[in-house]
Amino acid sequence: MEIVYQMLLAAISSGTPLLFATLGGILIERSGIIQLGAEGLMLMGAVTACLTFVQTGSLTVALLAVCGISILLGCIHAFLSVSLRANQIVCGLAMTLFGAGLSAYLGKPVSGLPVPRAVPKLDMPWLEAVPFVGRIFAHLDVLTWFSFVLVIALHLFIHKTSWGLHLRAMGDSPATADVMGIRVQAFRYGYIVAGSILIGIAGADLLLVYSPTWTEGMTTGRGWIAVALIIFARWNPIRALFCAYFFGALDMLGFRIQLIGSEIPSYFLKMIPYIVTILVLMFLGWRNRNKPSGSPEALGIPYIREQRF
Amino acid sequence: MSEHEPVTQKDGVISIPPLRGQRKWKWQSYRIEIDTAKNGATWWLPFVSVLLALLVCGIFIAANGMNPFPVYKKMFTGAFGTAYGLTETLVKTIPLLLCGLGVAIAYRISVWNIGAEGQFAAGAMAATAVTIYFPNMPGMLIIPTMIVFSIAAGGIWGLLTAIPRTYFQVNELVTSLMLNYVALLALDYFVFGPWKDPEGMNFPGTKVFTASQSLPVLGDTRLHLGLIFGLIAIVLYGFFIKYTRAGYELRLIGASPEAAKQAGIRISRHILLVMLISGGLAGLAGMAEVSGVTHRLMYGISPGYGYTAIIVAWLAKLHPVGLIVSSFLFGGLIVGGFSVQTIGLPSSISEMLQGAILFFLIAGGTLSKFRLRKIR
Repeated sequence: MEIVYQMLLAAISSGTPLLFATLGGILIERSGIIQLGAEGLMLMGAVTACLTFVQTGSLTVALLAVCGISILLGCIHAFLSVSLRANQIVCGLAMTLFGAGLSAYLGKPVSGLPVPRAVPKLDMPWLEAVPFVGRIFAHLDVLTWFSFVLVIALHLFIHKTSWGLHLRAMGDSPATADVMGIRVQAFRYGYIVAGSILIGIAGADLLLVYSPTWTEGMTTGRGWIAVALIIFARWNPIRALFCAYFFGALDMLGFRIQLIGSEIPSYFLKMIPYIVTILVLMFLGWRNRNKPSGSPEALGIPYIREQRF
Repeated sequence: MSEHEPVTQKDGVISIPPLRGQRKWKWQSYRIEIDTAKNGATWWLPFVSVLLALLVCGIFIAANGMNPFPVYKKMFTGAFGTAYGLTETLVKTIPLLLCGLGVAIAYRISVWNIGAEGQFAAGAMAATAVTIYFPNMPGMLIIPTMIVFSIAAGGIWGLLTAIPRTYFQVNELVTSLMLNYVALLALDYFVFGPWKDPEGMNFPGTKVFTASQSLPVLGDTRLHLGLIFGLIAIVLYGFFIKYTRAGYELRLIGASPEAAKQAGIRISRHILLVMLISGGLAGLAGMAEVSGVTHRLMYGISPGYGYTAIIVAWLAKLHPVGLIVSSFLFGGLIVGGFSVQTIGLPSSISEMLQGAILFFLIAGGTLSKFRLRKIR
């Protein structure tokens, strides 16, 4: 029982950054814009959190700074993909490469320094009375709780409110949404910025909670795994929760096997999440070969009133 | 739709007010719109993009408390100013040229291969495997064998991306990037594990190659035969695209996948072919790097050549001659990035510049398609 409990906790702690990034990505892609810059945004979020937290020692300031940077980068992405109607795939690649370079440049002075524990834990000893599940939830940190709230809030927002209906409409058919009187371009800006903030927080969470030391390229492909998770979760926040924890568990699996003292070299264990990502996507593609993937219909197609592409 | 004013009739002319949201300036006689027919290729765009990227990154350098002008001057002279710097730039040009050509072929038909880094590593590993498992191969045979093995390894690594894409509808961006990490981890395993040089004082690298396993170099510089490989590949690419049937079909798919499908071209087969070539070229780059420059497989063999290649291909607008110019420029950028380390700046300055250049390129690419239209 103890080992299962440990595994679940580990899956939550390494899955939370993935969850934030996936939720941000879902919000952006639901509005019809492809988001591939998650890796760069996460790196920028992580380095900003590290720099500001080391400077000020305040979690609030650090998170605000992360939000600020993410808003800025989100606006660049939105300007390119919504206003200029650039190729959204290349746009995301540019974001990834620029984010990687800039974060490495900015993070040089704090590279390798340990960051003190920043995110307070919500201790609720009374929860331990609940059999089994209670122990898991009794000592989680604030950001993890925030991610739980966010999953439910986003699910309700997307599926139960009229704004969510508008969001889905503009992702499936922006022209129809436009005719309905929704300001497609303005809302796409808004959703890109909001999603970018979540992805930035994913980076901050990775740095402040999961591995509290800044190193160059510390996300090691998590942004791209989040991109895969969006497809895996079929653009649904609730499914994103389980998918993120599944991949979080995979991430941890390597460590666990190593701790047991297995003969398998650690390099192969570290490959597990990457290979499983590909296999899962292939399985999904095979299973849904004659079905719609659940992706927004107009994903990746720029929209401008009265013009066709 | 209350904000739409009614249609008015004045002097017998019906004027319809513009829809809200349409870009319209206050004085109402011009409208900005996109010209979809215009191909946004303007010759000055790459130059402007590079200049603007230098400007933006200059702000970051200034924020770091340095004057950007001496920094850029140092980068420029470090890369192009001396004979040593120039040959070093050419040495870095070789992998960028081969990888850039590889991704450019894939981008022609909108197959977003970002796995050049992994394919590069696969090629480097395959070439090294030849030297390790056939150490006594005759001198004439060894280099061609290494070339064949590295191209095959890179090509197979590329196919690992193409097969999920064609048969399982898996997004090739995610697959190719995941495979990068897999290949780099495999490389780490070999250089830290079974292939580590026992007399290397724990250095994570294989045994140094013998003279017959190394590519010939020019004089006493580090410039090696790989440059010729790159130039030959460029010529072959130009010929292939322009004068062969498969090349014509590739151009057709690139211009309009729908039309190509109607014309009976099997797109999935072309995706496999293109990824095979793309991976093979990156694999060859890996072989040239281990055999020509480092003379051993070692940890961190590529400072992100595979990623820089993406920008190289875009800056060149996927054009063969442009590829030569842009890979030379980015080779210089990498060397320049290393040379500013002596004045206490991180070499990631060049990565930052690369990302910024790509941003301005894509912004400019669409901006140059905009036109002002007079409304009567």
